[in-house]
Amino acid sequence: MIALIAFYLFASVTIASAVCVIFARNPVHSVLWLILAFFNAAGLMLIAGAEFIALLLVIVYVGAVAVLFLFVVMMLDIDFAELRSGFTRNLPFGIVVALVLLVEIFVAVGAWRAGPSLSGAAPREATQPNIVALGQVLYSRFLFPFEIAGLILLVAMIGAIVLTHRRRGDLRTPRADRQVRRRPQDAVVLAKPQVGEGVQL
Amino acid sequence: MIPLHYYLFVAAALFVLGVLGIFLNRRNVILILMAIELILLAVNINLVAFSAYLGDIVGQIMAMFVLTVAAAEAAIGLAILVIFFRRRGSIAVDDVNRMRG
Repeated sequence: MIALIAFYLFASVTIASAVCVIFARNPVHSVLWLILAFFNAAGLMLIAGAEFIALLLVIVYVGAVAVLFLFVVMMLDIDFAELRSGFTRNLPFGIVVALVLLVEIFVAVGAWRAGPSLSGAAPREATQPNIVALGQVLYSRFLFPFEIAGLILLVAMIGAIVLTHRRRGDLRTPRADRQVRRRPQDAVVLAKPQVGEGVQL
Repeated sequence: MIPLHYYLFVAAALFVLGVLGIFLNRRNVILILMAIELILLAVNINLVAFSAYLGDIVGQIMAMFVLTVAAAEAAIGLAILVIFFRRRGSIAVDDVNRMRG
């Protein structure tokens, strides 16, 4: 009973905040609503019994992706009101397409019958802790895809750095090669000036 | 307990909202990326729900891979957005067709 109430709470807040993501006027508010949606989706996964994925969702999405969005939205000086110009024009068509899609999916899910191995009434009782089960499969059967996932993240990281890196012309950074090539005999002159003459530079 | 259908309905609603977001905010790349994140979230909820109700952990592994790809996609997408903004001073999608080479 409590699980059902929690499910309704998390589900309704998730969908409501997803609506706010789309319709918010200020993109900063959109990102904050997105964070709320991710938190509540993590709650939904927690109810289903996937603790690790739920917490991973909070760490990766809220801690990394949403903050990245927030940085970019705040860093760029964009006229967002001008970007919303097609909003009301697209609204009727978009609503129609979304409604058709929603009805189709609901009809499909409603007509779908569970197979013999899937009752669909309640989650299976877990025989071992979620993270133990995940680790045993992830590091044996899915070791290669796991490594590939790490490689994808590495490529994404290098790609993002290479794309956004630029050489700025207005910085006075020291040039290491010139500094290393400089020798004392070129740079230092020993002078013994006579009294009243001064030094010729 | 909660039937599996409930999770599928929630995920379907999230998915449709993501698609609607792409339709409505057609000019704003940042909001399009956020809508894609919503769609991937819906996919993740589906994967986790089926994984839990089937008693098969593989669905959660797939959800993790989806998470990985979503994070990589967001990073690359936002990097492209930043250099695009630097060059054009705007992020309207209508201008993208001028980006050659």
